[in-house]
Amino acid sequence: MNTRIATTVMLTSALALAACQKKAPEEIPPPPAETTTPTPTPSSSGPAVGSMEHFMQAVGQANTTVYFDTDRYNIDAEDSAKLQTQAQYFNQYPDVRFTIEGHADERGTREYNLALGERRANAAKNYLVSLGIPASRIRTVSYGKERPVALGSNEAAWAQNRRAATVTID
Amino acid sequence: MKKLIFATLAFVASPLAAQNQDLGEPVPEGQEVETIEQEEGLSGSVSFEGNLDDLGIAIPAFATDRNAATPANASGTEALGVELARVITADLRNNGLFKPTGPDSLPKPSFENITSPVWSTWGVRGAEMLVHGYVRARSDNRLTVGCYLYDMALQQRLVAEGWVVAPADWRRAAHKCADLVYSRLTGESPFFDSRIAYIAETGPKDNRTKRLAIMDSDGANHRFITTGRSTALTPRYSPDYSKLVYLSYVDGNPRIYIYDIGSGRQQLVTQSDNPTFAPRFSPDGRWILYSMAVSGNTDIYRVSTSGGQPQRLTDGASVDVGGSYSPDGSQIVFESDRSGAQQCYIMNADGSNQRRISFGGGRCATPEWSPRGDQIAFTRIAGDFNIAVMSPSGGNVRTLTRGWQDEAPTWAPNGRIIQFFRTQRNTGDTSLWQVDLTGENERRLPTPVDASDPAWGPILP
Repeated sequence: MNTRIATTVMLTSALALAACQKKAPEEIPPPPAETTTPTPTPSSSGPAVGSMEHFMQAVGQANTTVYFDTDRYNIDAEDSAKLQTQAQYFNQYPDVRFTIEGHADERGTREYNLALGERRANAAKNYLVSLGIPASRIRTVSYGKERPVALGSNEAAWAQNRRAATVTID
Repeated sequence: MKKLIFATLAFVASPLAAQNQDLGEPVPEGQEVETIEQEEGLSGSVSFEGNLDDLGIAIPAFATDRNAATPANASGTEALGVELARVITADLRNNGLFKPTGPDSLPKPSFENITSPVWSTWGVRGAEMLVHGYVRARSDNRLTVGCYLYDMALQQRLVAEGWVVAPADWRRAAHKCADLVYSRLTGESPFFDSRIAYIAETGPKDNRTKRLAIMDSDGANHRFITTGRSTALTPRYSPDYSKLVYLSYVDGNPRIYIYDIGSGRQQLVTQSDNPTFAPRFSPDGRWILYSMAVSGNTDIYRVSTSGGQPQRLTDGASVDVGGSYSPDGSQIVFESDRSGAQQCYIMNADGSNQRRISFGGGRCATPEWSPRGDQIAFTRIAGDFNIAVMSPSGGNVRTLTRGWQDEAPTWAPNGRIIQFFRTQRNTGDTSLWQVDLTGENERRLPTPVDASDPAWGPILP
């Protein structure tokens, strides 16, 4: 229990630092991954390591998903901060495998949106690989516009649906 | 009566059902329809010279020589004759060209009068054209259906044809009669005797069930192919109607499967771990075009339907997706965002000579080449999403619809009508619509549940 709280606090401060960065140009490579992660201790209670619940508790639910502009798939500063937080978790638990789901908003044709979801999932994957996560641990899948989370037909809803969501594989 | 030529038909036995994770029972394959040759030549030109939509066509019940039992209708061939005339009436009314009067408000002609109409009966009803027909049960259980079109002013037969159909295919005889009438009066190629594959949608917007389904061009004989356990998308019929290609998430990833309608079995279009989508058949059925994403980059490939190595047709970092063959199979129109946004391009069937054709403002998506070759339909994105057509050189852009989101055009077999699907803002409700090339005749195609991704097949073989 204490270990988990400590991890959460540590990750939160890492995010706070990252979030203070100015919006970086896309070309700049990501900073090296955090190496001072605490050694995981098996806990007797709470969600199992590698479960989605455990992942969300560790990184914070907001950090499990990155968002994109219309028709774009670049990783901006906010996205890179989230993915660095995810990378810390996956470095800490090297046995955990996960899927990155790429999504598009409804305001696109179906097949183009499948291709766009592929781009977004792979952009997030490539960033995590650049942070040292082995590609063999990462599965990608595009759902195009088939699985919206926000149901309105307005810019706010579409912004929530243009996303790459990281989901652990139990 | 006309003399009938009886040919022996080879019947295809339905193979056993193959159980697959998301497939329902195989649907029965239609049987061959035999056309009866007429013993005398046809004569006469149409006397009517006004607008076709003012043309009065009387379509009374088809007569029968004797009311015989048939698997096609529980009440026998007499009731079936009424049903045949109803199907023809609906076909001709629903495409917006004609205003036919159906059997429910007309007297029934006798069997003998089918070949020698009582002109006075129909003249007083203001009909300019008269459709007569008959249905007879054969000793082999099949049905003979005859169809006659008469010009009332000339008191002359314009055209006649007959067909021998299995009882389960009785509606096809009605569609063939409607096609005969439509073609004779308009000079256009037929299109009613055809089928549509599409995606049936149910459930809330964030948890939609999407099933592969097929139906006749008028919505009848509706059947589900998949159970809905996993999402199915973007089907296309093979030109001979023996197969469907479509996208399924049945193994968790988007992949194209080739589904064999007779056996109910399916296989992957290509053995690859990469996602594949946007499948299309070539007009001769020998090639399947598909899009595949490798490390997030989507390009267009083709593979022979008999197997072998796939061939990559596009490359580069842009999204190149979809595609539709010209009717002669020599060229492919596809979409690409290589210019920075979705636009339409044409290439040769081997991938050479790629060039952009859409410069008409807005974005160009989901291009579909008309079966006549003279037009390309596409989704025009300029604020709203609408169905538009252009010439193969990109000129003469005409927007045909005005919905909030209309996408994915598919052509009627004769290239005169375009079907598409419409998504409602906020609710996400979807439905199939069709529009003619004037843009004036738009109507919703009734489906049992919400519907998207229509794919209209050719005239049935």
